Amino acid sequence: MTMPFYVSPEQSMKDKADYARKGIARGRSAVVLQYDGGILFVADNMSRTLHKISELYDRVAFAAVGRYNEFENLRLGGVRYADSHGYAYDRRDVTGRMLANAYAQTLGTVFSESNKPWEVEIVVAEVGEDADSDQIYRITFDGSVVDEKGLLAMGGSADAVTTALKERFDRDAPLSEALSAAMHALAHENGERRELDAANLEVAVLERAREHRKFRRIQGARLTRLIEQGRGASGPSSSAASGAAEGSGDSGAEDADS
Amino acid sequence: MSQAFEGGRLPAMYMNPGPASFTEFLSAVHPDLLPRWQDLPHGTDGRSLTPEATTIVALTFPGGVVLAGDRRATSGTTIANRDMEKLFRADEFSAVAIAGAAGIGIELARLYQVELEHYEKREGRPLSLEGKANRLANMLRGNLGLAMQGFVVVPLLVGYDEGREVGRIFSYDPVGGRYEEHRYHSIGSGSVYARGSLKKLFTEDLDERQAVTVAVQALYDAADDDSATGGPDVHRKIYPLVDVVTDDGYRRLAADEVAAVAEAVVTERSERPDGPTAPIG
Repeated sequence: MTMPFYVSPEQSMKDKADYARKGIARGRSAVVLQYDGGILFVADNMSRTLHKISELYDRVAFAAVGRYNEFENLRLGGVRYADSHGYAYDRRDVTGRMLANAYAQTLGTVFSESNKPWEVEIVVAEVGEDADSDQIYRITFDGSVVDEKGLLAMGGSADAVTTALKERFDRDAPLSEALSAAMHALAHENGERRELDAANLEVAVLERAREHRKFRRIQGARLTRLIEQGRGASGPSSSAASGAAEGSGDSGAEDADS
Repeated sequence: MSQAFEGGRLPAMYMNPGPASFTEFLSAVHPDLLPRWQDLPHGTDGRSLTPEATTIVALTFPGGVVLAGDRRATSGTTIANRDMEKLFRADEFSAVAIAGAAGIGIELARLYQVELEHYEKREGRPLSLEGKANRLANMLRGNLGLAMQGFVVVPLLVGYDEGREVGRIFSYDPVGGRYEEHRYHSIGSGSVYARGSLKKLFTEDLDERQAVTVAVQALYDAADDDSATGGPDVHRKIYPLVDVVTDDGYRRLAADEVAAVAEAVVTERSERPDGPTAPIG
C-alpha cells in the first residue's frame, strides 16, 4: 500500500502559482489604456481570427493573455452571463464590476480546487460617461482583482512593458498617439526591441461617443492609417529620448507627464 | 437568477462550447427566463389579454432600406396606447418591426436582438442576412400554438446586405413561413391601404429623404382608412417611428427629423386630403 506524499498547502499554492506564471510568460503581451475617446486595447497577436480582445456587452470588453482554450472558455462564459443578465433585467444593469467578480470567483475556485491552475490573466474594462467613470479590472490566475487606473500591461514581460507604457501614456491623447504609445511599450517585450506593424497587432476600442454597442475592432486600412498618424506625431524612433517630435499641431500633449 | 451562482463563480454550463443560439442556451440553463406562454390553457381565446400593434411599412431605396410604423395599439375598439414603439434595432445592419399581439411581439423582438448579438459575439462575425431571416422564422415557429389561440404576431425584418450592397425586406406568416419582398411591403391592420399608397408612390430612384416621406405618406393613408392605425398627432407631437439601414448601419431617425417630414405631409394634406396623385398613363 502506498501513502501519498505530504505537500504543505503553502508549497502547493506556490508551485501552482509558479506554474501559472511560467505559462503566462510564454505568450506575448497585451496592453489596455485610456485615450481621449475611451479605452484602447492592443495585443501582440499574429492571428486574425483567434482573438485576445473581445466584446462582452454594450460598454464592456475583455482582453486576455495566456492559454487560448482557457481564456476562450472564460470569454464565452462572460458573454453568456452578460446576455442572460441583460435579458432578465435591463441592458444598463450589466456592469464590468459584475463580470470581473464572476471571473475572479471562477479563477479563484479553479486555482484552489484543481491541480492545474489556469494559465491566464484577463482584463475586464467598462467605458463610462466620462474618463473618470471608466473602470479597468485586472484579474489574475489566482482570482485576485485589481482596480487599475489609466493603463495596464499583462503577459510575459508585464513590468518592462508597463514601464515603457508609462513613459508615453497620456489619458487625454488622441487615438493615434495612444496607439503609438502602446506599440512603443509592446516593442519592449523580453528585453528585445521589435518593430511592430499592422500584421501582428490586434487593436480594438471601447468608444465613448459610439451609440449602443461601444466596442469596435480597428483593422485593415484604418489601422495602417492610425499607425502612420502616430508615427508622424511622435517621430519614427521608438526611443523615448528622441520623442521631441517634428510632428505637427496637437502633439504638445507629448510633454505632459503621466 | 444569475445572482444565485454557487460561490459567485460562473457555472460549468456557461463555459461549455454548447449551442451558438442564445435561446437554446436559455432553454437549457435558465428556462424560467424564457416566455412560458405555451402553458396557457387550450381552447381559450386570449386576444383581450394583450393589445394589437397595427401598421408597419418598409421600402428599399438605392443603398438602403426604410422601416416605419405608426404608434397606435388597440384593444378592440379602444386605443390602448398612443405612443407605442413597434420598431426595434435587431443588430448593426438590421431592424425588426412587429404587428399583432403586442406583448408577444415585443418579447420576440427583444429576444431576437439578443440572439443576433450573442451569435456575433460568440462566433466573432455576424450572421448573414439570410441567416438572420431564417433564425427569426425559426423563433416564430415556436409561437404557433399561441397563434392558434388568437395571439397572432407577425414581424417584418429589414436589413442591409453587405455582400450585395442592397437593402432587403423579409415578411413572415404566423407559422414561420419566410418570404422575401421586393421594393416595398406592409403588414398589420392598415397594410392594405398602406400597400396601395406605396404602390403609387414608390419609384426605383428615391433618395433616403424621399423614401422616408413615402413611408410617412403610406402610414397617413393607412390611418386615413383604418381606425386601428394612428396618424401623425400634431397636438401631442407623436409621430411615426422611422428606422433607416444603410452601409453606415442602423439609424433611428431623431424625433425632430420625423416631425419635419410628418408636419409637411399634414400641411400638404390640408390642401389635398387624399395626398399626391400619380400621373395616368
